[in-house]
Amino acid sequence: MRRIAFLPVVLFVVLAGFFGYRLLLIQRGDSPSFIPSVMVNKPAPDFQLPPVFAGTPGFSSAAFKGRVTLVNFFASWCIPCRSEHALLSGLKGQGFQLVGVDYKDKPEAVKAWLAREGNPYDVLVADENGQTGINFGVYGVPESYLIDKQGRIRFKQTGPFTPEAIEKDLLPKVAELNK
Amino acid sequence: MIPEIGHFALILALFVALVQAIIPLVGAARDDRPWMDVARTAAFAQLLLVGLAFGALVWVHVTSDFSVLNVVQNSHTDKPMLYKITGVWGNHEGSMLLWVFILALYGAALALFGRNLPPALRARALAVQAMISVGFLVFILFTSNPFARIDPAPMNGNGLNPLLQDPGLAFHPPFLYLGYVGFSMAFSFAIAALIEGRVDAAWARWVRPWTLAAWSFLTLGIAMGSWWAYYTLGWGGWWYWDPTENASFMPWLAGTALLHSAVVVEKRDTLKAWTILLAIFAFSLSLLGTFIVRSGIVTSVHSFASDPTRGVFILGLLVLAVGGSLTLFAVRAPSLKGGGLFAPISREGSLLLNNVLMSTACGTVLLGTLYPLFADVLNLGKVSVGAPFFNAVFIPLMIPLIATMALGPMLSWKRGDLGGALGRLKLAFVAVLLAGCAAWLLAGGSAKPLQAAGGIALAAWLFIGTLVEWAERVRLFRVPLAEALRRAIHLPRAAYGMSITHAGLAVVVVGITGSACWTSEKITMMHPGETVALAGYQMTLNGVEDGVKGPNYTAARAHFTARENGRVIAEMYPEKRLYTMPPRPTTDAAIHTNFISDLYAVIGDPDGKGGYVVRLYHNTLVPWIFLGAVIMVLGGVVSLTDRRHRVGAPARKATSIASV
Repeated sequence: MRRIAFLPVVLFVVLAGFFGYRLLLIQRGDSPSFIPSVMVNKPAPDFQLPPVFAGTPGFSSAAFKGRVTLVNFFASWCIPCRSEHALLSGLKGQGFQLVGVDYKDKPEAVKAWLAREGNPYDVLVADENGQTGINFGVYGVPESYLIDKQGRIRFKQTGPFTPEAIEKDLLPKVAELNK
Repeated sequence: MIPEIGHFALILALFVALVQAIIPLVGAARDDRPWMDVARTAAFAQLLLVGLAFGALVWVHVTSDFSVLNVVQNSHTDKPMLYKITGVWGNHEGSMLLWVFILALYGAALALFGRNLPPALRARALAVQAMISVGFLVFILFTSNPFARIDPAPMNGNGLNPLLQDPGLAFHPPFLYLGYVGFSMAFSFAIAALIEGRVDAAWARWVRPWTLAAWSFLTLGIAMGSWWAYYTLGWGGWWYWDPTENASFMPWLAGTALLHSAVVVEKRDTLKAWTILLAIFAFSLSLLGTFIVRSGIVTSVHSFASDPTRGVFILGLLVLAVGGSLTLFAVRAPSLKGGGLFAPISREGSLLLNNVLMSTACGTVLLGTLYPLFADVLNLGKVSVGAPFFNAVFIPLMIPLIATMALGPMLSWKRGDLGGALGRLKLAFVAVLLAGCAAWLLAGGSAKPLQAAGGIALAAWLFIGTLVEWAERVRLFRVPLAEALRRAIHLPRAAYGMSITHAGLAVVVVGITGSACWTSEKITMMHPGETVALAGYQMTLNGVEDGVKGPNYTAARAHFTARENGRVIAEMYPEKRLYTMPPRPTTDAAIHTNFISDLYAVIGDPDGKGGYVVRLYHNTLVPWIFLGAVIMVLGGVVSLTDRRHRVGAPARKATSIASV
């Protein structure tokens, strides 16, 4: 009896240890709802997409070779994309090419949107039926994929970029891939 | 000015709580009556001060004072008045204030109604209450101040999460908290008893009404939450085994076990250490629920904006309260000597079985809720534990529990006569056979005839068994009717409470079985004018009206006509609402009930070509789940009105209480 009586408190201490460690992980930025993308460290899917603006170049996955690329899936109908858009404009000359993929959108709508908000993209292509997005595993815009010089996905940003995410996640990764 | 008064009142309340936590304890140790009596005065002062703070927060919400950050973040001038008031506890800071307000209410109630308690026990219990209060007041004042100002004040607020703008959800937190916090009374009594080193029948008799009150509130709160999930989430389900739901269910299971083991302590002066442990568990699990929901350590569909800093703070509180009390238990429990011995087949034995099953069930829910966390921390990958696990483990535990529920009350204390009890339950056996066969036949259309027959038979066993037990008590048909009637009138309310609650559970079991076995659903694309058949009904989509204006939302409102054999049963108007502040869509299911089954319609997204995704359900017996829960609460209330609780407890040491 005397020893069994200590069992509840011992179990509780173990439980509290788990809780404490989990909280520590959260403070280091690992939230329990964070799900790692299965696409990271895998070759980017093959695709070839037409440009949004006639006369500008389209983009195919062959063009990943030799350059670091950030593929940004967005849409004119997407509200969070608007907050991200302003940040993307500040990313010129940071060591990668920025490819915008207009996801499941109407050409007139996105043209009007870019005329209003500005066009930060080096290359802008349209994925009207969303097939390329599905191959990438996009489940909501905006999502961005950082692709290395060999055409492998190295990093995925789910949801809009924030200034912190650009500073802490994106730019260090870009610098690493450009080495 | 008002927010500062509220803030100041909270700070004062903290000091009063500190005094209440220390002085009475010292007084009880020194047997100094005036020092002990400080507890009473302090408990009233605390209620006054925390009540003032709570009132101030309600005031700033009602008057939409946008210079207060909490109002800005959770309110909006367009919000209906009802939700301005309920929005007070629809957020982290406000709900914590409600938590301590209810704690202060219980403390003051103990001070008021506990006049016939031994002064030392009362002083110690109130001191423990005050310690809990100190912890939560510090937490509020340092991490979650609801009265923080914002400068400059914005013109309007961000509005309340639309999911919370619903009567079911608006009123369920107060009931849940009345339940959670109510278990703090049993906890405080348990700690006081451990400090004194004495647990006896009188102690159990003082603890029971508080536990019963907390249990009744918690039952109602859980039922309301489940009802809300049923009609707003729009998937026809009423329980999802979500961590937030489990957080409220675990204290309920522990509290139910406590209610039953306290009976054994009161009547037979045994199972003492176990009862104390359950009292600690019931409240600890309430605290654990608070921690799980607010720290963000597990993912849940509905939880508060989580904040790891607050998580660390609540974990600290948890370690102090639970770790401290369990350590005290470990040191003191071995000295609590049990009194009466009993045979395995006896009333005590059946109550002990109830306790073992209830605790195992509770442990299972705890394991299932926290398993994703363990797996994550131990690097076993991201997993989620869903309904299949809980159903597979929980249901097999509940079957023997319910089977003994009808039997237990028929057994006598100390040594029961199983054969005799089973003999007296002849009628229940007949009912089981009839109900099982009827359910089997009716389940022809169901995919699960075995479960249907089993569930209904179990419910019939419990219901008829409970009736037989009552009939035995009043000796119905064995003595003249007038005599039976006289006995029925003089039967203690506690006995009626038990019968009503057990019968209510039987009704819940029928509802759960019905919803598991007979529900039919149809998820399809419909165009206006089309009709689909569902469980013998014809559902016609007449049209969808866009842009229906509500006070703070616009909605697409569909119009369905439900017919049975061409006769119109109901006009149903499910809505898909888009709230303006904050912009967020919600579904509003249309439910037509005939109290046996529900027709349940949800309108989804348009396909752009004139069609709409619709979800239609025919939920058999689901209303019985909520009806049964209300009956269970009613049983709790009836039991609370028992004369013994009103005339007060017997003098200590008077352990030979006539068995009921």
